[in-house]
Amino acid sequence: MDSINLNQDYKTKYGFKDKVKYKTKFPKGISEEVVRRISNIKNEPKWMLARRLKAYNEFERRPMPTWGAALSDIDFSNIHYFARANGSKGHSWDEVPEEIKHTFERLKIPQTERKFLAGTATQYESEVIYSKLKEQWEGLGVVFEDTDTGLQKYPELFEKYFGKIIPYKDNKFAALNTAVWSGGSFIYIPKGVKVDIPLQTYFRINLKNMGQFERTLIIADEDSEIHYIEGCTAPMYTTDSLHAAVVEIFAHKNAKVRYTTIQNWSSNVYNLVTKRAAAYENARVEWVDCNIGSKTTMKYPAVYLLGRKAHGEVLSIAYADKGQIQDAGAKMIHRAPETSSLITSKSICKNGGHTSYRGMLQMTHHAKKSKSKIICDALIFDNKSRTDTYPTNIIENKEVSLEHEASVSKVSQDQLFYLMSRGLSEEEATSLIVAGFLEPVAKELPMEYAVELNALIQLSMEGSVG
Amino acid sequence: MKNSMLKIKNLKAQIEQQKILEGINLTIKEHEIHVVMGPNGSGKSTLAKTLMGSPEVNVTEGEIYFKNKNITHKEADTRSHLGLFLANQYPTEVPGVNLENFLRLAYNTNHLEKGKLSVLQFRKLLRSKLKVVDLPEEFLERNLNEGFSGGEKKKSEILQMAILEPSLAILDETDSGLDIESLDLVFSAIRKIYEQTNMALLLITHYDRVLNYIEPHYVHIMRQGVIAKTGGQDLVKIIQKVGFKKLK
Repeated sequence: MDSINLNQDYKTKYGFKDKVKYKTKFPKGISEEVVRRISNIKNEPKWMLARRLKAYNEFERRPMPTWGAALSDIDFSNIHYFARANGSKGHSWDEVPEEIKHTFERLKIPQTERKFLAGTATQYESEVIYSKLKEQWEGLGVVFEDTDTGLQKYPELFEKYFGKIIPYKDNKFAALNTAVWSGGSFIYIPKGVKVDIPLQTYFRINLKNMGQFERTLIIADEDSEIHYIEGCTAPMYTTDSLHAAVVEIFAHKNAKVRYTTIQNWSSNVYNLVTKRAAAYENARVEWVDCNIGSKTTMKYPAVYLLGRKAHGEVLSIAYADKGQIQDAGAKMIHRAPETSSLITSKSICKNGGHTSYRGMLQMTHHAKKSKSKIICDALIFDNKSRTDTYPTNIIENKEVSLEHEASVSKVSQDQLFYLMSRGLSEEEATSLIVAGFLEPVAKELPMEYAVELNALIQLSMEGSVG
Repeated sequence: MKNSMLKIKNLKAQIEQQKILEGINLTIKEHEIHVVMGPNGSGKSTLAKTLMGSPEVNVTEGEIYFKNKNITHKEADTRSHLGLFLANQYPTEVPGVNLENFLRLAYNTNHLEKGKLSVLQFRKLLRSKLKVVDLPEEFLERNLNEGFSGGEKKKSEILQMAILEPSLAILDETDSGLDIESLDLVFSAIRKIYEQTNMALLLITHYDRVLNYIEPHYVHIMRQGVIAKTGGQDLVKIIQKVGFKKLK
């Protein structure tokens, strides 16, 4: 809402690329050999290698999806599937290599952490190099590691949960991720522990044609609470990049999990992410998902409501400018009685951008007395831009309630004139109208993220109107 | 001698293909009050929109000078920065935009020479201005014109005027839709702001009741896109007797 003077152009703030010496970098392309080498270099248990290989076969076997955005430009042979930056993983800031530290400082990570973060895991390339968790949480038994370390230290938890809600057979990109995954966050919150300050990770792609295949696993045990925040920024490149992540969340009885993403990949990245949560009895899972960057995003965070009175929410923001496709939405699968869900989707398109809401709501015969509400609002700037809604509802019992509201509005000349007649430039006026449109969602974000979201929107508006 | 603030020369304008202004000539000097009256469809509101630079209006001929600058084809934000203000007849709703944040943004963009005010400094300024229009502080938490009643919208426009302190304020039927109590409050506020500043006023109205609050230097009667007659207060009395139509 507020005016933020960044005095920096987009490239300076988000498009910088530091020189990093890569300790290990595989040649481009994927093969069984690449998959074996990744597993080998990480010294993984045998079952993980077996899983990777099965997933690799599934990836090779499976055709590209025929629905949603066009993906035929992705050249899987022109992507790096693994890179490890120089320097060891460490919990202390001093151990982080200077060049990487420089990048982090430009992303303001240390300050952010000092201010209010409980722990920061910053993914640089495929692996988490720097991760730290404040002692108070460690004392409570909270685990916040990069996923590779998590697998080494907690193999029994991985055997129990890894790939359980997103099996590698789920879709082509989940298969690809399972085959070549690296990095990501692993979080375990023990019974009854409430982490009241968000855990946060920033990560970015910094190597040309580097694919990111991070894997995140969050387990919130009974009566626990956690808010996890993921923010992405990426350098600007001219060749295509691929980001195919998988995020799995398990919210046990009475647990509360919120997962917030601000996605700002550069405009050449294909962002194809599978996010899914299991919510057990009386648990609550919320996905807050902001998609601003990327060339093409396909992302539909899901909640499987598996226990009585479980609750799922998705708050989705999508912004599509020239050449961008944001195909975003949500999935709510009600499989237990008295479950409830809320989907709020806000999309903005301009200069020929294309946004779609794609949603799936299922109420099985187990989901008696369940209810769901879906709100889809789209804001369109001009006649070149496009927005679509693709809701799918599968209702298998009669004792449910379902509400669906959809609206499409156009930025009106009246609004622009009104704001400009009070001295605001066309860009300021446009940013303000957009910020106002997003306000119901932005207010759900932590302050710093709301500010960043507004700043990003404002940057996106600069030089693009008039 | 007073400086000329606004000079309109042979202004012709249309909305879509319809000609509405057919050659307006008008000069307003510092701290003067001008009232424009006239029947429906005479072009009063179009004149207000044209002066503020609405993209809806297409100027086909003539010029508008404000503070000796030709603003005929300038954008609305430039006109605002020069000190022009329009209180709208129907202020548009801007959903989700918090009123206080908007006011601070508008203030800062119009007072660049004074330096930006911090949130707290601005809040202090706002408190004093809220009193003038008798709005509670909680009003600031609302979104710009969203769900405002007719009276609240008009008060909000005058609050904006009080904060921006323009050199010339155009009030487009600010009196319409107000009950007698609100009318009293709003126009007492306008008079107060006028008296405390060097502001000039261009009042567009349908009814002479606003003249109980504000004493104009000039009264203009608009008809069919031109100013048909100009006079002083006494012109109003003639209109009261014979109506707009019979006036020659």
